[in-house]
Amino acid sequence: MRKPAKLTAIAASFAAVLAVSLVPVSSMAEGAKETIAMGKKVAYDRKLGNCLACHMMDDGVSPGDLGPPLVAMKTRFPDPAKLRAQLEDPMAANANTMMPPFGKHNILTDDQLDAVIEYLYTL
Amino acid sequence: MKKTVVAIAILCVVGLSSTVVAKNAADTTPAQDIETYRSYFTKKFPGVPLQEFSNGVYAIDKVSRDSWEAIEEFPPYEPFIEEGEELWNTPFANGKGYADCFKDGPAQRKNYPHWDAKRKMVVTLPLAINECREANGEKPLKWKVGAIASLLAYMGYESRGQTTNVVIPEGDADALAAYNEGKSQYFSRRGQLNFACASCHMQSSGMHVRTDILSPGLGHTTGWPVYRSKWGNLGTLHRRFGGCNKQVRAKPFKAQSKEYRNLEYFLTHMSNGIEFNGPSARK
Ligand code: HEC
Ligand code: HEC
Repeated sequence: MRKPAKLTAIAASFAAVLAVSLVPVSSMAEGAKETIAMGKKVAYDRKLGNCLACHMMDDGVSPGDLGPPLVAMKTRFPDPAKLRAQLEDPMAANANTMMPPFGKHNILTDDQLDAVIEYLYTL
Repeated sequence: MKKTVVAIAILCVVGLSSTVVAKNAADTTPAQDIETYRSYFTKKFPGVPLQEFSNGVYAIDKVSRDSWEAIEEFPPYEPFIEEGEELWNTPFANGKGYADCFKDGPAQRKNYPHWDAKRKMVVTLPLAINECREANGEKPLKWKVGAIASLLAYMGYESRGQTTNVVIPEGDADALAAYNEGKSQYFSRRGQLNFACASCHMQSSGMHVRTDILSPGLGHTTGWPVYRSKWGNLGTLHRRFGGCNKQVRAKPFKAQSKEYRNLEYFLTHMSNGIEFNGPSARK
């Protein structure tokens, strides 16, 4: 049972490498789209990011107002590390913060954080 | 040793509480705390008279207040008051009843929670009810819903108009320690989501989590028990404490645990001067 699964995984990643190197433009765009879609899902999901509980963003319905609207992210956060730091541990910047430490308390995984950040940069 | 632990726990929340309450739970007196806590809210919501804070979020939000007032015309907690009265009047197997424990009748809210100097602990009204039952050979009731909530509804109704007056006895170090434990719990961040009670009910009171408006912590103890439409029944204060702990993914303490009794002691003290108005209805 295990071996074939592993083989498939290897084959898949090999295929992925191939895909990236052979058909770069369209597939990469597809991959990025998927990541962004996943980021949005994580951000909206009440059990995951639940960013809408506190932030107005995108087309989210009935947002809260504890935090500022998430708009023009590229302009306001030219440095992705800064954005990541805000998600990882907002208390570092503001001891009184009302935002949960998504990274530090493992509320989201690294992959989920990456995806959310990709998504935020589309706003 | 124990002191250090508390001090450290409190230092961790300095950031949050420094504007509100002193760095260390023991640095300010209960009387000073009432003054700071109360004026925090009366300044934040200047149009709201002190007594109004007993109405939770409806004290500060006109829109939800209108539908709440409509609900109060036919209060959903009414049948529970009747059930509670019946329970109050039903004798135990030994022929005695609640009136033998609560000598001056069902209007007991003004007496609870209180510090029991002999037992060195905070005694809440639900605790006193179950101790009365056990002293008379009856099984204790479940803490959070059911018969105890109905009894509390009847006793609360009979106590309407009494004023909160929780005393931290002067010179009793143990009482003060219990109060300070409750206080540091209120200001300590907990759970995976990392919030203190004060994060939501002081700092963010009046703001929206999605469409919910966070109620001011002042007056939080007066209206119990509460009929919540979300629960579909009547629940006790410690049930709500547990719910708020779970919301931030913290492990709740048990109803009537020392932790929640001390928290109730602190929080009720903060509402001294505000009238009891339970039972009440909430969303
Ligand atoms: C419980 C409320 C809450 C939740 C949930 C929350 N935030 Fe925040 N967020 C805040 C607050 C409050 C601030 C204001 C700065 C501070 O206090 O840290 C903030 C600030 C931010 C900032 C900086 C904004 C700026 O303009 O400076 C970003 C970016 C951000 N949040 C993203 C997110 C994302 C993405 C999520 C979901 C994964 C999220 N937040 C979930 C409350 C929240
Ligand atoms: C993440 C935010 C949050 C935290 C932290 C939180 N609560 Fe709540 N609490 C709520 C919400 C939302 C409600 C329902 C709306 C309202 O009345 O504020 C509520 C309601 C209550 C109520 C009922 C108020 C009423 O009028 O019926 C009490 C009492 C209460 N909380 C106490 C506490 C205590 C004590 C703590 C700390 C152990 C705590 N809360 C922590 C969000 C929070």
